[in-house]
Amino acid sequence: MPQSAEKVLDHRPLFRQPEYQEMLKNKKEKYEGGHPDAKVQEIADWTKSWDYREKNLARESLCVNPAKACQPLGAVFAAAGFERTMSFVHGSQGCVAYYRSHLSRHFKEPCSAVSSSMTEDAAVFGGLNNMIDGLANTKALYDPAMIAVSTTCMAEVIGDDLHSFIEQAKGKGSVPQDYDVPFAHTPAFVGSHVNGYDNMMKGIIEHFWKGKTATPGTKLNIIPGFDGYCVGNNRELKRILDLMGVEYTFLQDASDNFDTPSDGEYRMYDGGTSIDEVKSALDAKASLSLQHYCTPKTMEYIEGFGQTTASFHYPMGVRATDELLMKVSELTGKEVPEALRMERGRLIDAMADSQSWLHGQKYAIYGDPDFVYAMARFVMETGGEPIHCLATNGTKDWEAQMKTLLASSPFGKGCQVWAGKDLWHLRSLLATEPADFIIGNSYGKYLERDLKIPLIRLTFPVFDRHHHHRFPTMGYQGALRVLVMLLDKIMDVMDDDTNEPGVSDYSFDLTR
Amino acid sequence: MHISHGPVGCGQYSWSQRRNYYIGKTGVDSFVTMQFTSDFQEKDIVFGGDKKLEKIIDEINVLFPLANGITVQSECPIGLIGDDIEAVSRKKNKETGKTIVPVRCEGFRGVSQSLGHHIANDSIRDWVFEKKQSDYEAGPYDVNVIGDYNIGGDAWSSRILLEEMGLNVVGNWSGDATLAEIERAPKAKLNLIHCYRSMNYICRHMEEKYGMPWEEYNFFGPTQIAAALRKIAAHFDDKIKEGAERVIAKYQPLVDEIIAKYKPRLEGKTVMLYVGGLRPRHVVNAYEDLGMIITGTGYEFGHGDDYQRTGHYVKGGTLIYDDVTGYELEKFIEKKRPDLVGSGIKEKYPVQKMGIPFRQMHSWDYSGPYHGYDGFAIFARDMDLAINNPVWDMFDAPWKKAA
Repeated sequence: MPQSAEKVLDHRPLFRQPEYQEMLKNKKEKYEGGHPDAKVQEIADWTKSWDYREKNLARESLCVNPAKACQPLGAVFAAAGFERTMSFVHGSQGCVAYYRSHLSRHFKEPCSAVSSSMTEDAAVFGGLNNMIDGLANTKALYDPAMIAVSTTCMAEVIGDDLHSFIEQAKGKGSVPQDYDVPFAHTPAFVGSHVNGYDNMMKGIIEHFWKGKTATPGTKLNIIPGFDGYCVGNNRELKRILDLMGVEYTFLQDASDNFDTPSDGEYRMYDGGTSIDEVKSALDAKASLSLQHYCTPKTMEYIEGFGQTTASFHYPMGVRATDELLMKVSELTGKEVPEALRMERGRLIDAMADSQSWLHGQKYAIYGDPDFVYAMARFVMETGGEPIHCLATNGTKDWEAQMKTLLASSPFGKGCQVWAGKDLWHLRSLLATEPADFIIGNSYGKYLERDLKIPLIRLTFPVFDRHHHHRFPTMGYQGALRVLVMLLDKIMDVMDDDTNEPGVSDYSFDLTR
Repeated sequence: MHISHGPVGCGQYSWSQRRNYYIGKTGVDSFVTMQFTSDFQEKDIVFGGDKKLEKIIDEINVLFPLANGITVQSECPIGLIGDDIEAVSRKKNKETGKTIVPVRCEGFRGVSQSLGHHIANDSIRDWVFEKKQSDYEAGPYDVNVIGDYNIGGDAWSSRILLEEMGLNVVGNWSGDATLAEIERAPKAKLNLIHCYRSMNYICRHMEEKYGMPWEEYNFFGPTQIAAALRKIAAHFDDKIKEGAERVIAKYQPLVDEIIAKYKPRLEGKTVMLYVGGLRPRHVVNAYEDLGMIITGTGYEFGHGDDYQRTGHYVKGGTLIYDDVTGYELEKFIEKKRPDLVGSGIKEKYPVQKMGIPFRQMHSWDYSGPYHGYDGFAIFARDMDLAINNPVWDMFDAPWKKAA
């Protein structure tokens, strides 16, 4: 018997004990009716061939292991960045459980959202009654300052009209007429979570700005976009802006909501942009989107008020941070302070110290469009070479922009851009044209396992490592952290490769 | 291979989250921890997705030739736009000879996931049973384990006991199951059902149609395990009955050791549960074996017969709740202030913020198995480490305490 109270074995060691190995072997041979081992190996090898790659890339309908989620997730994330705001997702109930658990698994934090819980009768008659009761219950139970309504695909398919429903619900006394219920249609069968973010941001801003005129002032609006590292990043950006002495409003900031303390009190809501701040953001000097592909409709709407706007691609890395700071400086007239120049210099110093280890490393990078852009750019700044850049939710515009970026550096020459492809495509690409490292999220661990290419987790979702999102990746400090993530992996791999005593450990160097 | 048929989200959020363990080469001859989706776009909603589904099945046959069968799990839009996934399945089955199972599990059907279980059971009855010739002839000790999803290896730490007592587990539903195991099920001698809620339907069907008996059992904690082994053995001859006694005797020293080690650390601690399926009642005695007290329990999607069965497990005065909202659960927990809460990922962090230790009792909090004697040791260890971690004593800042 392998188990004992003294040393309790859980699944990892337990099932490798001889009793269980024998049992599993027996199950396989007698009952499973599987394919012969040789056949399985033959197919396994074939899945890594050029022939398979061509067939795989020819796929038109099936999607396997995509690196994207659906719109309402982005809407729920966006709403979580406003003060005391409850997400209300109109449609089937299961969807809301999905968004909540998905965000909780990444942040290791509570995530609240409610559903109008539509079932068969709503499918036939529409979900108006669910909306009426749902809004009333939400307000009564959870006391939110506002309720942000988005939709699941059920509500979209049957054509529920949120604007009309919310008006009717208010008419029936569900919630007071002057109570804030911004909304966004977020069909899951259009775009991805980044579009859901965009639609909800536009919905909230429109709710408070519509019909008003802007009087440009001095403040900047910062719209961060869908960022699983918002906890570390938003706080870092605020520190930078404070150092510059800039007045600013984060339009959407989930950093406190997804990082509440453990002190005995459960906070359903924490931090976030207040309603007053959203209202006064209309009179800002300019609005900056930190993620271009998360905000096209939002920025277009803001431009309609005559506000100056600028968009970035996830300001991570040296020049991406430089550009953000210079833009902020240009818009506000505030100089970039010496303290930030020092930080920049320390980052460059670190990069110079480590450049020999970074130069020429080849990377496959996947994730949301703006992240991939930033990551590829930073990798090239370190002398690394992106080989494959993939965004399942990447558009043709993104593809073109990526190609321009890659063409701007000798380190981008060998890189291919894959818009709309999934991680099963990436498996084929890496099996035939391998990289030294994969940069992505937790889902990349399956690629790491199959292809033996080390994974560096740097973007949402990270389920199987803890607390990475609590540290910034943006700005010079963030870049330093990303740099250390890359270096640690590079050097761990070197150690793993040279640690066999008497065989390879001549290279097991103490100092590098 | 299971296709999330509809938009990308449903499959994405559920991808690899249930921890249904299996042995196989993923993407080659096993497909559990992968996400296959038809990734519906607007044009699929407008023009219908049946053509796309046909193409998907063709592409699967090219790229995953060792997949023995496909299920088409429909998401909300499929039912709403009137796609005929049954017709596509029938057609493609004819063309390819592979098992293709349409599952009408749109999220808006019914009040909870419970209807999905029923629909899935029916789909096996209608689309898998009696579709293929099998030369399998049951031996006298051949049983199926039904309703064990092999979370963290639960079905394995159960199987080992059943085999040690002399039974042959010829099929395991549906954790670590192959299509062959599902297909041969109606020919076995006895169905052993663990999660009654999710799979009683197919057991009742096999009873009606094939005269196959079924027995509910509970493999959580030594009291229930011993009772279950004896109850199962009662269906068989003396050889199996002796086998059951031998197994119970073999593991008794382990049980004694575990209880000696952990009971002093856990005795008198109170527990509240809020989970699904069988666990709100099935784990009650496992906690009691460790000297812990269940003060509240409830089901996410229980039916009347679940609550009727719960009465046999819990003591008088236990708070029982059904399909609670986050608000209600929070208030119950605040009022009761248990020493431990067992529920899911959505409840985990709010409860911990309140300073109350927590274990996820769907995923075993990434631990497990919890079934069987080997699982009980892990269960005991995990409850101990949750409750007796030093972090719970540091919630208050010392200067605040003094003030």
